[in-house]
Amino acid sequence: MSAVRDDPRPLLSVNNIEVIYDHVILVLKGVSLRVPAGGIVALLGANGAGKSTTLKAISGLLRTERGDVTKGTIEWEGQPIHRKDPAEVVTRGIVQVMEGRHVFEHLTVEENLLTGGYTRKNGHAAKQDLALVYRYFPRLAERRLVRAGYVSGGEQQMVAIGRALMARPRLMLLDEPSMGLAPMLVHEIFEIVSRMNREAGVAVLLAEQNATMALRFAQYGYVMENGRIVLDGDARTIGENEDIKEFYLGLSGVGQRKSYRDVKHYRRRKRWLS
Amino acid sequence: MLEVDGRFFVLLMSNGILIGLMYSLIALGFVLVYKATDAINFAQGEFVMIAGFVVAVCLVAYGAPLWLAVSAGLLGMVGFGFGLERVMLRRLIGRPIIAVVMATIGLAAILRGVGPLTWGAETKPLALPISDEPFIVGPLFIPPIQLLGASVSLVFLGVFGWFFLKSRKGIAMRAVADSQQVAMAMGINVERYFALAWAMTGVVSALGGVIWGSMLGVDVHLSLVGFKVFPVVILGGLDSIPGAILGGLIVGVVENVAAGYVDPYVGGGTKDFAPYVLMILALMIRPYGIFGKKIIERV
Repeated sequence: MSAVRDDPRPLLSVNNIEVIYDHVILVLKGVSLRVPAGGIVALLGANGAGKSTTLKAISGLLRTERGDVTKGTIEWEGQPIHRKDPAEVVTRGIVQVMEGRHVFEHLTVEENLLTGGYTRKNGHAAKQDLALVYRYFPRLAERRLVRAGYVSGGEQQMVAIGRALMARPRLMLLDEPSMGLAPMLVHEIFEIVSRMNREAGVAVLLAEQNATMALRFAQYGYVMENGRIVLDGDARTIGENEDIKEFYLGLSGVGQRKSYRDVKHYRRRKRWLS
Repeated sequence: MLEVDGRFFVLLMSNGILIGLMYSLIALGFVLVYKATDAINFAQGEFVMIAGFVVAVCLVAYGAPLWLAVSAGLLGMVGFGFGLERVMLRRLIGRPIIAVVMATIGLAAILRGVGPLTWGAETKPLALPISDEPFIVGPLFIPPIQLLGASVSLVFLGVFGWFFLKSRKGIAMRAVADSQQVAMAMGINVERYFALAWAMTGVVSALGGVIWGSMLGVDVHLSLVGFKVFPVVILGGLDSIPGAILGGLIVGVVENVAAGYVDPYVGGGTKDFAPYVLMILALMIRPYGIFGKKIIERV
């Protein structure tokens, strides 16, 4: 997997993109990354590093927030997609699960899932896929007629992922699926994502702050800071990188957990880029 | 001393119910747009008036057969809805709601001017091939046009209710109403749904124009029917189809009963303000209407 960066025919390749919001705010300053077919790639970084922006640039949702890819290209199986609108991108097989469990609150769980199959030509097949989603998320089957606004946070995250799965994507862009969820639920959701990856062959680009968890499931990882990729490599290599441990895992060189005060202090002094 | 006459009361009730359902039809046009696009359409009555003009002019000036005139009205209003969304309302997406409100109020004024300017200010008849003889069933006294109007309303309220609850497009449209950005992320073409919502409003307005036009005659005053929409949708809930039915029934019955019992003492006019009294009371008690959606808040 160390060849992810040099893969000649990746499923998705983001080539040196620059993103500007509102014509003036430079957010991404030359980001490149690749996702191989059927792989799980983690995109790590602190708050505000540019992970969500990168995902939105790929899915085309950037434009709904007045952002624009001003330099570089995004290629899906060799075809440029960075000028396409979100609906077109979904049709081609890329679907984004946005940060913060965005479900349609006033629709039932099942109706939420059905909207995911919307781009499919065959409405009947989409209905059959419901059964598949319920197999991955048995909890949702129990709550299928409840309004999505009233189910728990973990279930909402499942709705969001299940709904994306209904589009039969080949690449799922997952933005912070662990946000605000209990550790056990996070683990459950990651297990399901990795099962989806194995069984349905869905590639995953996973933006996470929870680096430990993300690296456990991913094969390859990129680390972002300040709108740039600062490090990439095999998930295991990254997991063992001393700086990563310091920055994201809160561990010191000898593997002990540092006190919060030290971490903060340390972070102020040392950055990859300043 | 007011003698309570059972027969008179039943008569007022039954006419109120039929008229109320006809209000529901107009309110449905308003609800469709609000449900999908969050836009408040103050020109709903003017839509009805324009549709009435188109159908009446086809009938009177061109001597077209009724089915052709009604089809022209339907097609014309669908095109009008599409065009309006494209030219005016699409640019207002994401702007403060007051921008849309002001734009539709302006549109209403323009339509009230342009309609009579184009087709003439005189009242045009819009004759449907049904008799004027009322059906008399027991104590009831039912004009056929009201029966037709109420039936058409019920059919279309049913059709659109089914559309939103069961069809894929309807579910997608509710998704768009819920969150435009998430809908986009799911590959739903949001702008196309906005256009569809306005086109559906065009259909409903065309039907309303035929029915109300045939009852009142077609001139600029036909647009006044739009004012009854506000009490109806405030009572029922801005985004609810069952609410539009119930709100219509309440408004129809209240104004009829109020007119029947109070008008003899005050010399008329009760009909025009009674629904508004009710609307203000409703706003004080249940601001989201009887069926309106409550904002789901998580703490």
